[in-house]
Amino acid sequence: MAEKTFEEAMEKLEKIVSELETGDLSLDETVRKFEEGMKLADFCSEKLNQVEQKLKKLVKSENGLEEQVF
Amino acid sequence: MFDEFSDITGDAIYTVSQLNQEIKMLLETTIPTIWLEGEISNLKFHSSGHVYFSLKDKDSQIPAVMWRSRKANLVFTPQDGMKVLALGRVAVFHKRGYYQFDVMKLRPAGVGELQMAFEQLKKKLSSEGLFDQTHKKMIPRFPRRIGIVTSPTGAAIRDLYQVLNRRFPGVEIVLYPVKVQGEGAAEEIAQGIDLFNEYGKVDVLIVGRGGGSLEDLWAFNEEAVARAIFRSRIPVISAVGHEIDFTISDFVADLRAPTPSAAAELAVPDREELLNRIHHLRQRMQQTSLRRLQFERDRLSRLVGSYSFRRAPDLLREHKLRLDDLLNSMERGMVHRISMLKNRMLSLEQRLQTLSPMHVLKRGYAICQKSNGGKIVRKSEEISPGEAVKLLFHRGGAAAVIEAIQEKNSLEKISQESK
Repeated sequence: MAEKTFEEAMEKLEKIVSELETGDLSLDETVRKFEEGMKLADFCSEKLNQVEQKLKKLVKSENGLEEQVF
Repeated sequence: MFDEFSDITGDAIYTVSQLNQEIKMLLETTIPTIWLEGEISNLKFHSSGHVYFSLKDKDSQIPAVMWRSRKANLVFTPQDGMKVLALGRVAVFHKRGYYQFDVMKLRPAGVGELQMAFEQLKKKLSSEGLFDQTHKKMIPRFPRRIGIVTSPTGAAIRDLYQVLNRRFPGVEIVLYPVKVQGEGAAEEIAQGIDLFNEYGKVDVLIVGRGGGSLEDLWAFNEEAVARAIFRSRIPVISAVGHEIDFTISDFVADLRAPTPSAAAELAVPDREELLNRIHHLRQRMQQTSLRRLQFERDRLSRLVGSYSFRRAPDLLREHKLRLDDLLNSMERGMVHRISMLKNRMLSLEQRLQTLSPMHVLKRGYAICQKSNGGKIVRKSEEISPGEAVKLLFHRGGAAAVIEAIQEKNSLEKISQESK
């Protein structure tokens, strides 16, 4: 999955947890989903921990629209 | 016959122009600029841009005109039947001997002109469907980049920055700085919204300003801003003034926030809350998976404890140990565990097979069965000489008659002698 967004990952994670909890999965499937869910949880936490506040401004220049430090 | 005119001196002969000139002087100099209250009727918007109408009350009316140059200051649209206050003066149209009220300013009577303009634009845009729910776009749950159209120096950008930063450190904010009040503000705001749409690269737009008077907030009640918000393909959150202020922008926007701070709260989730949620999801996954493992483990121990296993205690012990190992590693790495489990189960099955009676017979043993009833004979006391029995071999069988009984067999003798 290339460049998955936080939103997609979070939704997938929620889906997996509810699938695991309904318990209709085979043992193989349970293990696979568990692993995937853990990876997604790691991914999401990591995304949230990327703390880099950015405030920029949009300006119109000869080159078109661009962002500059505000 | 001429008597009635006798006191009129003959030298006072006027031309029409002179008379109208005199009337003009008289009217235009003696009646000052006044506020005139009346109701609009016979309203005509001329193609020249001038507005012609009559102002009337119960008993009387006067023609009135508002020249194109003055109409530019009108924020509301005059309508027939509307009560108005008109600032102006009487002007005589000398050429046609006609007078009219020359209107410089027009205001709705009773209600403020801005209020009137607000209601009119609201009605117009509403009838065009700009406020319809069907046009509202979803605000993304987790925007990565947020575009803001507001003043670079106002309270709004400060509040937005603070709250966004507190709730979701790491979200990127791109500001398009604009004037939010005064001449040209509406156009700048509309342009900001359009430019963000041209530029893309933001997931949601916040458009607004901090609190102020109705006049201060006016730009957000202008059609240009409303249209730009409606055009925007990027979802727009409006954030104008205080809780109690409702603007046209609020009605068109995909989501209305009562204040800029509230807009920030609506735009991004709380990071701490999200981290907690992920933690919680993790726990639920672990609990539910562990429960499942426990269940499978119980199933295995039931199998292990079954009759067939108890016939071979050492084999069982060995397997129990292996299974324990297996179960421990299950908890450490689940994927591995599964294939191991399968292999173990397979080998158990094979071993079980070796315990089958057919296997024993293969090694040269035979089963002796009574002909009468089929009972398997385990001790010599169970039979007597002359009795018919059946012998079962690994392949085939035989019928036999007991010749004599021996108390002990040769294997027992050997074991007794060695003691």
